[in-house]
Amino acid sequence: MIQLTHLQKLEAEAIHIFREVAAECEKPVFLYSIGKDSAVLLHLAMKAFYPSKPPFPLLHVDTTWKFREMIEFRDQRVKELGLELLVHINEEGVKAGVGPFASGSRLHTDVMKTQALKQALDKYGFDAAFGGARRDEEKSRAKERIFSLRSAEHRWDPKNQRPEPWRLYNTRKRPGESFRVFPLSNWTEADVWDYIAKENIPVVPLYFAKPRPVVRRDGSLIMRDDDRMELRPGESVENLSVRFRTLGCYPLTGAVESTASTLPEIIAEMRNSKTSEREGRIIDHDGSASMEQKKQEGYF
Amino acid sequence: MAYALAETDRVKEPAGAPAPAAAASVQDKALLRFITCGSVDDGKSTLIGRMLYDSQMIADDQLAALDRDSKKFGTQGGNLDFALLVDGLSAEREQGITIDVAYRYFKTDKRSFIVADTPGHEQYTRNMATGASTADLAIILIDARKGILPQTRRHSFIVSMLGVRDVALAINKMDLVDYSEARFNEIVAAYREMARDLNFRTIAPLPISALNGDNIAALSDRTPWFQGEPLLRFLENVETAGDEPGEAPFRFPVQWVNRPNLDFRGFSGWVASGAVKVGDEVASLPSGRTSRVQRIVTQDGDLDIAIAGQSVTLTLADEIDVSRGDVLAAAGRQPEIASQSQARLLWTAETDMHPGASYIVKLGARTANATIAKIHHLVDIHTFEAAPARPLGLNEIGLATLRFDRPMILADYRDSRDLGGFILIDRITNETVAFGLIDPKGAPGAGETVEKPAQAVSIWPQVKSKLQGKLAPALFSGLCVGLGAVALGASAATGIALGLADAVLRPLARGFYTDYRRNASRRAAAKRTAEREEALNDGDGI
Repeated sequence: MIQLTHLQKLEAEAIHIFREVAAECEKPVFLYSIGKDSAVLLHLAMKAFYPSKPPFPLLHVDTTWKFREMIEFRDQRVKELGLELLVHINEEGVKAGVGPFASGSRLHTDVMKTQALKQALDKYGFDAAFGGARRDEEKSRAKERIFSLRSAEHRWDPKNQRPEPWRLYNTRKRPGESFRVFPLSNWTEADVWDYIAKENIPVVPLYFAKPRPVVRRDGSLIMRDDDRMELRPGESVENLSVRFRTLGCYPLTGAVESTASTLPEIIAEMRNSKTSEREGRIIDHDGSASMEQKKQEGYF
Repeated sequence: MAYALAETDRVKEPAGAPAPAAAASVQDKALLRFITCGSVDDGKSTLIGRMLYDSQMIADDQLAALDRDSKKFGTQGGNLDFALLVDGLSAEREQGITIDVAYRYFKTDKRSFIVADTPGHEQYTRNMATGASTADLAIILIDARKGILPQTRRHSFIVSMLGVRDVALAINKMDLVDYSEARFNEIVAAYREMARDLNFRTIAPLPISALNGDNIAALSDRTPWFQGEPLLRFLENVETAGDEPGEAPFRFPVQWVNRPNLDFRGFSGWVASGAVKVGDEVASLPSGRTSRVQRIVTQDGDLDIAIAGQSVTLTLADEIDVSRGDVLAAAGRQPEIASQSQARLLWTAETDMHPGASYIVKLGARTANATIAKIHHLVDIHTFEAAPARPLGLNEIGLATLRFDRPMILADYRDSRDLGGFILIDRITNETVAFGLIDPKGAPGAGETVEKPAQAVSIWPQVKSKLQGKLAPALFSGLCVGLGAVALGASAATGIALGLADAVLRPLARGFYTDYRRNASRRAAAKRTAEREEALNDGDGI
């Protein structure tokens, strides 16, 4: 008896979800965040509709503080795959001078990420947005549905979620309401890396260790990606061999010291790791329930 | 056959990293999905937290957070409270209850696991059913001090109904009964007796203490009499009913017609059961037109064969009409096509069912309209017995006949979860109001048959029995009203009419009023029980 492996089952489930959205929603969009989860998600989207192209554009909400290598990778990838990419920046936020150094992580994330995402979804009238979130990332995500209904104001109501038995998704919604759809819900960080290795999926080089200019600040190693990061008294730039487990705005993303410069080394390092991947994310630490709060406010 | 799958299985060397270690480190294991069923204080969350901890899935920063949270919210006097690892939403943590389905992931060297962690309260039956709908196995938790409780029966009934055939019976809190073998055996015997009609294939009893870790990762010294495997080893090795080589016929619900250009027309969907090979004859349903499979297309190259669970795109040799919601099926062994079917319904909405109203039905990849033509009976999930028919309320289960506005391709739920399971959606609120399980063989209930025309049977028997019981007093009260009216100066004809109307309407009104009162008091009682449960609850399972 032939059996599908764990990864084959996860792949088939994700493809099924992509097709359901394409068949049942009017104007879907793929939220492309350039990281490893997005890379896997994009790979699955290509598979789901092959030989057609995915019937939706990619949307990148650019906070203007992403690592430069991320933007290069994004543009190259989109070109290779021949896909349509929309880039949205919250120009009001830029005008107001909002940024992680000037405004702090909370305000920056709210204005440049959460509000910017809502602006973009409203601007184009998308009624379904794919995201690469996984339930194993964080406790409040563990209970989120695969099809997560958002009000016209983009709010998530954790107490009023639709049940999802079998592989049946209730995709009915009122005008203005939309879905956030998470085809990787049942994947773990390890699954993502195993799949990247198995399928040979390109990822941003920042995941691989190499000497990079970093500054020790508030217990994190922050890579100085451009000169907008001013050194505080007593700080200095060190050239350390580091890599990143998650990618976001460079001032808010802690590097880990590592020499893992190949996929097998990364996978081995992750298996032996004693910390969870989100430890490097500065925005999650505002309190145990802070991610849940952000989600209720409309954060992805 | 083996070749096609081996190909997709093969580990591709990452560019620039041709280390042989890559293949070894990519562990592509089998997957087991299971559900944990326990009530307020059976220790369910503690057990899941313990399994995650014992399989080294808890990272240092998570342990630090757990330590912090244990001191703040914990119920273990500042010791690590494993339940807090899995109680996700902040409101839940403060109230100490698990209010939704949460999914957990862990793996051991042998297997990957997806755990559906669902609440045990009766008011969350729908959440448990959601978790059970995709589960291969259920862990049923029993508090060794309390033995089998009404909730044990309820949980067992639900997982059985949703098609789970393999059960691990975890008798928890063995530390509180001095690891008594006699107590363990007593509970196991009682459970086997209770579950006689639930059609489980395996029932594997285990004496455990989630709190102390007895028989979770390793056999415990405190239960030398226990001959089985510890829970994690059992889960690694168990073969569930889903693993059995089946003779299920090929079924392929079409999700999306794939048409990149005029030269390619493929049907994207998933293999719900069986397998399909290039050249196989298939029928498109409901049209019944047949053709042969020309290609099995994937981005990784064409396959020779596709098996149950795979998402692929099929092209056919002939131009036949196939659209979303149709099913491609083995030509010789076609599924049932019906515009009416009997099904078990689990009501999942706060608002009661409206018999006769039109709901949206989703089954496979098909969306249609459905009306509930008849409710045959309710099922008491504690006694497993049939109860008189009435519209279903939240978390109630009943057997009903549904009528569809177009032909549905369906199967007995016992044979196919994918073509036997469906949801009903309220077209105004868009809420998912029911889970349905196609059940053609379900006994419709005492003295009634399914074949009766739906409208004619639904109300009349109730009215008739009420009339019979209340005829004499009704006639008397009608007579009084009629005579009273005449005495007050109405004409004789009006008096007779009023009397008759009263005789007929009063018992009817009384009957419906009694039903209403009974329902209301039943709901109030259920609510009180739930509140009591919550008041007693000390953190969903410590």
